[in-house]
Amino acid sequence: MSAEFSSFINIGERTNVTGSAVFKRLILNDDYEKALDVARQQVENGAQIIDVNMDEAMLDSVQAMQTFLNLIASEPDISRVPIMIDSSKWEVIEAGLKCVQGKAIVNSISLKEGEAQFIEQATLIKRYGAAAVVMAFDESGQADTQARKVEICQRSYRVLTEQVGFPPEDIIFDPNIFAVATGIEDHDNYAVDFIQATREIRRTCPHVHVSGGLSNISFSFRGNNPVREAMHSVFLYHAIRAGMDMAIVNAGQLEVYDEIPEVLRNAVEDVILNRHAEATERLLELAPQFQGDGKAAAKEDLSWREQPVNKRLEHALVKGITDYIIDDTEEARQAAERPLHVIEGPLMDGMNVVGDLFGEGKMFLPQVVKSARVMKKAVAHLQPYIEAEKTEDSQSNGKILLATVKGDVHDIGKNIVGVVLQCNNFEVIDLGVMVPCATILQTAKDEKVDMIGLSGLITPSLDEMVHVAKEMQRQEFSLPLLIGGATTSKAHTAVKIEQNYDAPVVYVPNASRAVGVCQKLLGKVSRVEFAEALKKDYDKVRDQHARKQPRSRPVSLQDARDNGFKPDFTTLPVAPNQPGVTPVTASLATLRDYIDWTPFFLTWSLAGKFPRILDDEVVGEQARELYADANAMLDDIIAGNQLEAKGVIGLFPANRVGDDIEIFHDEQRDAVRATAHHLRQQTLKSGYANYCLSDFVASKETGIADYVGAFAVTGGIGEDELAAQFKANGDDYNAIMAQALADRLAEAFAEYLHEQVRKHYWGYAPDEALDNDALIREKYQGIRPAPGYAACPEHTEKQTIWDLLSVEEHTGMKLTESYAMWPGASVSGWYFAHPQAKYFAVAKIQRDQLTDYATRKNWSVEEAERWLGPNLHD
Amino acid sequence: MVATTEHPLYRAAQSRILLLDGAMGTMIQQHKLQEADYRGTRFADWHCDVQGNNDLLVLTQPDLIHNIHCEYLAAGADIIETNTFNATSIAMADYDMSSLSDEINREAARLAKSAAREYSTPDRPRFVAGVLGPTNRTASISPDVNDPGKRNVTFDALVEAYSASCRALIEGGSDLIMLETIFDTLNAKAAVFAVETVFDELNQRLPVMVSGTITDASGRTLSGQTAEAFYYSMRHVTPISFGLNCALGPDLLRQYVDEVAAVAECLVSAHPNAGLPNEFGEYDMEGPEMATHIGEWARAGLVNIVGGCCGSTPEHIREIASAVEGVPPRQVPSFEPRMRLSGLEPFVH
Repeated sequence: MSAEFSSFINIGERTNVTGSAVFKRLILNDDYEKALDVARQQVENGAQIIDVNMDEAMLDSVQAMQTFLNLIASEPDISRVPIMIDSSKWEVIEAGLKCVQGKAIVNSISLKEGEAQFIEQATLIKRYGAAAVVMAFDESGQADTQARKVEICQRSYRVLTEQVGFPPEDIIFDPNIFAVATGIEDHDNYAVDFIQATREIRRTCPHVHVSGGLSNISFSFRGNNPVREAMHSVFLYHAIRAGMDMAIVNAGQLEVYDEIPEVLRNAVEDVILNRHAEATERLLELAPQFQGDGKAAAKEDLSWREQPVNKRLEHALVKGITDYIIDDTEEARQAAERPLHVIEGPLMDGMNVVGDLFGEGKMFLPQVVKSARVMKKAVAHLQPYIEAEKTEDSQSNGKILLATVKGDVHDIGKNIVGVVLQCNNFEVIDLGVMVPCATILQTAKDEKVDMIGLSGLITPSLDEMVHVAKEMQRQEFSLPLLIGGATTSKAHTAVKIEQNYDAPVVYVPNASRAVGVCQKLLGKVSRVEFAEALKKDYDKVRDQHARKQPRSRPVSLQDARDNGFKPDFTTLPVAPNQPGVTPVTASLATLRDYIDWTPFFLTWSLAGKFPRILDDEVVGEQARELYADANAMLDDIIAGNQLEAKGVIGLFPANRVGDDIEIFHDEQRDAVRATAHHLRQQTLKSGYANYCLSDFVASKETGIADYVGAFAVTGGIGEDELAAQFKANGDDYNAIMAQALADRLAEAFAEYLHEQVRKHYWGYAPDEALDNDALIREKYQGIRPAPGYAACPEHTEKQTIWDLLSVEEHTGMKLTESYAMWPGASVSGWYFAHPQAKYFAVAKIQRDQLTDYATRKNWSVEEAERWLGPNLHD
Repeated sequence: MVATTEHPLYRAAQSRILLLDGAMGTMIQQHKLQEADYRGTRFADWHCDVQGNNDLLVLTQPDLIHNIHCEYLAAGADIIETNTFNATSIAMADYDMSSLSDEINREAARLAKSAAREYSTPDRPRFVAGVLGPTNRTASISPDVNDPGKRNVTFDALVEAYSASCRALIEGGSDLIMLETIFDTLNAKAAVFAVETVFDELNQRLPVMVSGTITDASGRTLSGQTAEAFYYSMRHVTPISFGLNCALGPDLLRQYVDEVAAVAECLVSAHPNAGLPNEFGEYDMEGPEMATHIGEWARAGLVNIVGGCCGSTPEHIREIASAVEGVPPRQVPSFEPRMRLSGLEPFVH
């Protein structure tokens, strides 16, 4: 099965000459190129289907429909979505059907002209291979009451399914949305009629869909958009709950239900639900208050707009408001002697305020990133004027090259550092992810940068950073080298990297430190002082490191094995319900409920447990704002299918052989399909076992039929494109947000899937019932350790999972040469079902296990050292 | 009318993987026919060259075509394809032979049917698939880069040509209709429209096989659809089988067959090329190598019907037959009813 989709879909309405004056003018003027832009924008804005209508008296509608659809066919970014061919004339519909290769929707047919014509048209639609909107319209007219709507739709359903053989899932009923609050009493119940009819139609006509043209409902409030938008939202809110699952909507003109001012929402709800006789009267009285941009004016304090332009710029930067930034920047530019002065003056002053507030802990990272977005917009506006002046004296603080090293795809942290540096007037050259050493160094030379910053998340990246440092030394670089990323540390930088390169090598623990470090490194005097201090600091770290005693005594591999964990197998392992490899998907709407938000806030340097963090005294307000932004973006992502979750699992017969696990083709257990290699804890334990993941699987000698599973999931199909889109618009805040959310969705997918595995695919805990909090706290039976992490720290084992599950074929997920997963928002791991299985850290291992592991992996000892570096004693 | 699932072909497909034949063109090439051979006596005076008009050979070299069919049947093919890849009136226009289209289609079906009869047994019936090729025109792609709205063929013209060919193929005795090497889905939708109309006219329904072509590593048809989107555009004909052929060898085609196998609610067919052509335009992949790939597909549960396209020979089919022998066919899945729309990409609601 392909991806599932959220339950309500938006149909783009702008390519409709009856609904859009702009589109109509373009078509009448034969300006098809611009008309295509309208279609493209709709798809870019998330329309999942586009409605095309050419019903205009001044137009040869057949010709216009053909021309436009043929042109769309040549535009892959438009024609990727299905088309809704919309006309009241059958010949226009038929002409349209002859132009689309995809499976389209016809809008619409009905019993208006009798059964014979209805059957004939439906038969043809089926033959052309399209779905159809069926209006609640019959020989005696358009249905207005609930009873008529239901009766006509049921009759249409019977004719279509019984006489035409039309697939019921391809029927979309439109039970007619009519205007309410017209002042005519007969109209008062129209919305209720629609909603009730929808519920009844969905109940009695299996598999059909219900749609409608939303804007009709608010027709009597033309000219008062806030009220109209509120009416649309309230109507949809109730209609969707009744089963309306599609609508022709301008998504940009829809107020969020919860954000409608309460007094307006109540009044609108009274009208829509026809709750009392005076409802219309009350809404009419209330409406003028919300006229114009009333809803914004009623809430927002715009007094800052009265201040002088420099103060306004500062306010916009601190508050992250982009609405007026172009106008204000332009005003400042006209007042300034040179455009550059606007940057150096008011804009930098504003950013300094931001920097100070950030430094004092009064602003938080997400806000700073929003400020950067405002700054970027202002600078982009000034850029052409600055270019025109052709000034040479660029006043940048300095030029910094940033890159995630070869083999690694993680870049959220690096992007944040880049933004923060840009906010502080550094010029940043960001080479992206998986950047080979040679590219980094060549670019550094070509661009004459002032320093290089390297980032990485997975442990093999540490070695790549060492390599870059050595290369810089060999090529006689003298630029400072900055080291950052989740697995990097001061100790590693001091012990492994710094000694390889003579110029300063600085470990930067987080984004807020980056600015200070860079400024110090760029000043001639401060650099020397800083480097001196750094040297001493690192010497101390090295010294400490050298003198550090292992916390507990190492034991030999043999002793560790003798003290291995011996689980209780008196209850025999459960055989999987669905053995073998199974590709899986999940809708993002489902995954959303499985998100563990705590790490999300950490990404943004806000520490605290979710949901407590939302009420935190210091960061609570910021956390709430971030959480609201994240959820708004999730809504968009889900509505626009901007991300896709894909995964694959496999459940196999398996038995332990030593510290390895043999995974078999089938229950015969004679043909080995793959071998998973695991590492054992090797420090002295008292009262505990020396754990190895293999312990949780019955050994071959016992003859017990045991099993293991593996999985690989991603929430990041589309992640790169989405982030790139935001970045292209200078919107780093949302670019980072998109990546952070994709990460969370991948983790949520892993959580969700593990639950599905326990309950269904493997089925060893079919009756489990845990809420998300309990899931996050791992209250279930079994574990899903991930290669590269504590219990199985060796990254190349991911390849075994990739081969075993054909991960790339099923999901498109890839492994880099350092075994990082692409897309970045990916998770893979093993499933162990034994009730006593638990997470642990392998931590340090000894030489005897190193050589033993090398033999098992068929590696040289050097190769094993390379991959097990982080787990070896220095 | 017999439901598709009651058809003997469908029943046979329940217990084993069925074999299609291999390439016709490759086999004809081996005979190194000259212009005069193509013309025969009947077209000795035809006003333009006809060398390369392989479909014409059903009229001028019927024994040769008959023998090729027999070679494939002997190699184990359950289904043989009529030699009509270019026999629509639209494609025949290249040789100014549009008026011969009906006759060629009818004779091609007769030739194939007579061969199939020779090899059929009550236990093992053989079937003739009447082939409707893609034509050499595209209904959804412009022939002129400067005029993207332009088309060199209309839907209606395609329906007319396909209807005539389909009627002739049925008259000649085809057991099935096969839409093959589809690179523009709109052409194929016109073929579906034509086939359904002819079925209605004749009050007779044959099973329909649909096989598209993924042109390159983009994983899309020439007209830009993904395999899944393409399936959703075509499933209204309720095909007995849906699959892919041509353009790629089995190594590169596998992932797309996998994609199809995951969504198709009917049998899945695949007949890849014998690798990619070498610099001389010849196909180098030998039977055993091709069979190794297809055998793996079979064991992975991806396919119900397999065969070969360009470059494959009876030897290839024999190897493939033995590679899939005894391997259980793919289980046809059933999914909950959802509205399955498509543009270039699938959209399920």
